Amino acid sequence: MAVSADGAVVLSLAGEWQLGRPRPAVSQLAWPEVAPRLRLDCQALRQWDSSILLYLRPLWEECQRRGIAIDLDDLPPGLRRLLVLATAVTAPLERDDLAEDGFVGRVGEGSRQVLVAALQVCTFVGELCVAVLKLLVGRARMRLGDLITESAKAGYQALFIVSLIGYLIGLILAFIGAIPLKWFGAQIYTASLIGIGMLRLMAAVMVGVVMAGRTAASFAAELGTMQTNEEIDALRCMGVPPMEFLVLPRFLAMTLMMPLLCVYGDILSLAGGLTVGVFYLGFGTVEFWEQLVLTTRLEDLYVGVFTSWIFGMLLGICGCYQGMNCGRDSAAVGRATTAAVVSSIVCMVIATALITVLTVLWKI
Amino acid sequence: MADNTTSNRNSPPPPIEVRDLTMAYGERVIVRDMNFVVPAGEIFIVMGGSGCGKTTLLRHLIGLMAPAKGRVFRDGVDFWALSGAEQDRMKRRSGILFQGGALWSAMTLAENIALPLREFTRYREKEIREICELKLSLVGLAGFGDYYPAAISGGMRKRASLARAMALDPEVLFFDEPSAGLDPVSARRLDELILALRESLGATVVVITHDLASIFAIGGMAIFLDSGSKSIAARGRPRELLDQGSNPALIDFLTRGERHTKLPALRADGSSKI
Repeated sequence: MAVSADGAVVLSLAGEWQLGRPRPAVSQLAWPEVAPRLRLDCQALRQWDSSILLYLRPLWEECQRRGIAIDLDDLPPGLRRLLVLATAVTAPLERDDLAEDGFVGRVGEGSRQVLVAALQVCTFVGELCVAVLKLLVGRARMRLGDLITESAKAGYQALFIVSLIGYLIGLILAFIGAIPLKWFGAQIYTASLIGIGMLRLMAAVMVGVVMAGRTAASFAAELGTMQTNEEIDALRCMGVPPMEFLVLPRFLAMTLMMPLLCVYGDILSLAGGLTVGVFYLGFGTVEFWEQLVLTTRLEDLYVGVFTSWIFGMLLGICGCYQGMNCGRDSAAVGRATTAAVVSSIVCMVIATALITVLTVLWKI
Repeated sequence: MADNTTSNRNSPPPPIEVRDLTMAYGERVIVRDMNFVVPAGEIFIVMGGSGCGKTTLLRHLIGLMAPAKGRVFRDGVDFWALSGAEQDRMKRRSGILFQGGALWSAMTLAENIALPLREFTRYREKEIREICELKLSLVGLAGFGDYYPAAISGGMRKRASLARAMALDPEVLFFDEPSAGLDPVSARRLDELILALRESLGATVVVITHDLASIFAIGGMAIFLDSGSKSIAARGRPRELLDQGSNPALIDFLTRGERHTKLPALRADGSSKI
């Protein structure tokens, strides 16, 4: 750094300035007491890249702080343009989340969001109830064709996966149950275990988990994509309520199909148990069936079907709620789908616990 | 009792009137205290840079978003003072072309157009099919009724969406960024289609856009939303605004920053030569 005849401070930039190589620090500059202007001398400057900008930017800030004008005439034109861009001041975005700062603020904001989400769920369920009531009085804008299409998706199109899982779960439960029962010579009660376990609970839960991952997720993805593509806005703008037009057929399809799938899953899981009883434990088909009928009550079947009916409603609500409240970007659709599966399974577990406790207390 | 109408016995009320409208997301105000009238049968442009609140304003005008403050009048009636059923009836008097088309992807183009007709009219099925064909031919898509939205190009989707917007013969047509995502030729054709349809149908047209080519091609009265001042910074016809406007943000916008914007000053005391 030197002082020229016209009083300007001249800073010479020389040699190669490249990233990865050491460069001087602005703080090391020895500034003269009086320095109205700074001129950058680049005559000896050879190669340069972003490294020189990393030096010039803090230099410019330092000059601004000291009230020194910079003369950039000697800078290569490209470097001068880059420096102009690098030092341009962008107005900061207006933030409306200042309240989140600090622990108390974050806890408060988190609590507020939970409350808002709870209110949204209540509103959604309330609107769905109104839509169902309107359907009952024949005033809902729901197309029968949509109900049939959605029922097909939530019904027979799921038969293969329900068959596979149902049969294998019945098989597995019979194998596992047979191990301790054999210790007591009570293998015949494998039929009872399968009958009560599958009919009363396991088939409903199994079908519920399969349908959460398959159909509730697909509801969330479909509706979420429609939200992203403004298709739902287009319906609203025409005065077509999305709750009746989109949510109601999906909700009804799930509610109607789940008990049927549960009964189908019951049959397949019994077949799985029967396979183990006949081919592994050596019972006759009639013997196994008689033990099953003797120890399994019709109420077990009713509880299972009722549970799956409740699951159907929960899955319909969770899938559709997440889809309808999806954000407007593609990542939001993924989040909505994940949230639909997670919330469906959580709701099913809570519902199972409640139903189990109530049926035991009421001796059903 | 509050006055919920724009009462003037001598002339019919304008299709859209906005009074003291403030738009906000929670505490964050987007634009405040807007006042404007969209005259019947005119083309009205809402222009401004990205993030200035154009689409938010559209959502207020079409009844998807309630004002934080102020009122939106549709045909002289305060829209947000109406009951839900009355709002739905009012909504059906306008058609909207969304930015991405927003065609229902599970339906063919003909089914998209037929849906509002089936839901809100008592036309016979044969008549509905004829109307679908007519609307598609008006936008140059005759014979495409059986195609799904995914099977056609972006420009065709926009035109199909316009056909759906016209299904119920609306009195007001809203266009949200009609040229967005289209090549210049397709964008120009869509602009020409908008003008031709407006002249033929006599509908009021509101166009939300930041596309300069569209703004100057379509013309019409315009308002300029400025995100800096959070207000309507200018109003008038685009060409006149370009020639006579004095608002720096507006001139920046209309000249793509060529007339008013200077390179950022790299100086501490104003003496730099930059």
